[in-house]
Amino acid sequence: MKTFDLATSSIRELNQALHAQQTSLTEKEWRVTNSKGDHNIAVGLDADLQVDIHGHAGYFCAGMNKTASVTVHGNAGQGLAENMMSGVVRVKGDASQAAGATAQGGLLVIEGNAGARCGISMKGVDIVVKGSVGHMSCFMGQSGSLVVCGDAGEALGDSLYEVHIYVKGEVKSLGADCIQKEMRPEHLEELSGLLAKAGVDEDPASFKRYGSARQLYTFKVDNASAY
Amino acid sequence: MSNESNYNTSLRESATFDRATMAEIRRAANTGIYDIRGFGAKRKVPHFDDLLFLGASMSRYPLEGYRETCNTSVVLGDRFAKNPIKLDIPVTIAGMSFGALSANAKEALGRGASIAGTSTTTGDGGMTPEERGQSKKLVYQYLPSRYGMNPDDLRKADAIEVVLGQGAKPGGGGMLLGQKITDRVAQMRNLPKGIDQRSACRHPDWTGPDDLAIKIQELREITDWQVPIYIKVGATRTYYDVKLAVKAGADVIVVDGMQGGTAATQDVFIEHVGIPTLAAIPQAVQALQEMGMHRKVQLIVSGGIRNGADVAKCMALGADAVAIGTAALVALGCNDPKWEEDYQKIGSAAGFYDDYQEGKDPAGISTQDPELMKRLDPVAGGNRLANYLRVLTLEAQTLARACGKNDLRNLEPEDLVALNVEAAAMARVPLAGTNWIPGQQY
Repeated sequence: MKTFDLATSSIRELNQALHAQQTSLTEKEWRVTNSKGDHNIAVGLDADLQVDIHGHAGYFCAGMNKTASVTVHGNAGQGLAENMMSGVVRVKGDASQAAGATAQGGLLVIEGNAGARCGISMKGVDIVVKGSVGHMSCFMGQSGSLVVCGDAGEALGDSLYEVHIYVKGEVKSLGADCIQKEMRPEHLEELSGLLAKAGVDEDPASFKRYGSARQLYTFKVDNASAY
Repeated sequence: MSNESNYNTSLRESATFDRATMAEIRRAANTGIYDIRGFGAKRKVPHFDDLLFLGASMSRYPLEGYRETCNTSVVLGDRFAKNPIKLDIPVTIAGMSFGALSANAKEALGRGASIAGTSTTTGDGGMTPEERGQSKKLVYQYLPSRYGMNPDDLRKADAIEVVLGQGAKPGGGGMLLGQKITDRVAQMRNLPKGIDQRSACRHPDWTGPDDLAIKIQELREITDWQVPIYIKVGATRTYYDVKLAVKAGADVIVVDGMQGGTAATQDVFIEHVGIPTLAAIPQAVQALQEMGMHRKVQLIVSGGIRNGADVAKCMALGADAVAIGTAALVALGCNDPKWEEDYQKIGSAAGFYDDYQEGKDPAGISTQDPELMKRLDPVAGGNRLANYLRVLTLEAQTLARACGKNDLRNLEPEDLVALNVEAAAMARVPLAGTNWIPGQQY
């Protein structure tokens, strides 16, 4: 295992070293220490790496990740795993706002709580939050799944497209065009799979499902009051 | 009775309620929804035609046309990037999306730009292989929607343009209506086929200039600091926006004036939001000069550029390069009279067509209809665009030489005067025949 100490090395040096693995994979396991909330840790990875970050991470940690598995042993700042393409990003603590923003694939697991706009404009990623999510989560979410084991804040799923949302706890309010939907067997199966992949022990039957009413997919003047 | 007495003097059109205004009222009353269209602002605002060059006579010494060289090349983004963009001409192609435009149109833009030695730019919808394949220098737009956003494409780009606003609709997002969402467009944008696609008006994962600085660092980290980072703003509070963009770390600032085009947005937005391109340039230049960054952070200006005179005037006011969008589409064949019959069939006319959102463009440019797309040959279109870019450059050189300048970037505000008070005030050059610049103390 390669250890990288951010007390003595820069983010640039870390990312350059990780990017070098894209062309020639010589070191699969990486341990990053003294992260102390630095921004842009382990962004743009594109190799089968396991990166363990010991400490808190700042903005955009694991941004645009491809293939790699990144674990933050602490809390993560804004834009965690933004636009992730594939791989796994896991945060042992809490994540700030816009976690998984526009992410297109892969799995994002937040073992604590997530702030506002978790999964904003998500485009295919699966997000599992063991705690609660803040307001406007999944705003304009396009595809993928958001699983919330705790509660959801105001305006969940506002202006939603095709994301599947599963919430175990209370939902403070639903956003425009977001409705509660029937939990059919295929949804229970999907949710079971997501919980298993994330390593979360919850009963799928205790969740409710939410999705788009699809009333705002094309503009109709009769729906003007919904905007 | 004479013909003259037959003339009914009561037939006087109202300046307030002219025919276009009344037609819009009737349309609104019939449909209950605002008018959506493409193209740029159609109202008359102070523009580059309101400025004139002071060619050399006695107090300045002109250069010989076609004999003495006048440099047109420019380097963009040499502040931090390992590989700045070097352009042969200071005219680039503005970002226009695949989805709004056909794949053939995107390819033609790439071909034309490459022949002329300049760059082209992606748009909402991501990077197509056709565009990347034919563009020697391609700027990848990082947009609020992040449609088709892919780190692999990011690393294939020659520069990254973080889009914060567009001149046609500052503060507004894009609208690609369902009729243009084919399988390919839907797949690239990860949305169901045939539904309206709203491009967000703001970036989802940062909320202000301090966050933007960190975002720019992220983009640099992902691309290993290889390529320049542009920031594009719609012209509104340009002075402040430029200062904040420089502080956030931009290598290049793109300022898009209100005459800039769009694929589709509300008419009321196009005509009533933003400031004229002419008014934005001096604000941007002032901001850069006050920060000691003029010519260090390059300035690209877009929004209604039509000819070499517009190019030269932008550069005289302090721009390093210009970008063209609508003019490039016209060069490809948009609104060409050869399709007059087809324009009339869809209730328009050559020279007036602006319903890009309907996807029925007879010229095959702003459409995803496979039959209409075939009307644009990307090779021939690229050659037409290259010719047009050459003309813009030659015209700008001609004017620069007449002002005694051997480099387009040596043009300066002193080479200009204004025809009216409004243009003089906005461009901050004297009213012709005077030394009066409105708003400036003497």
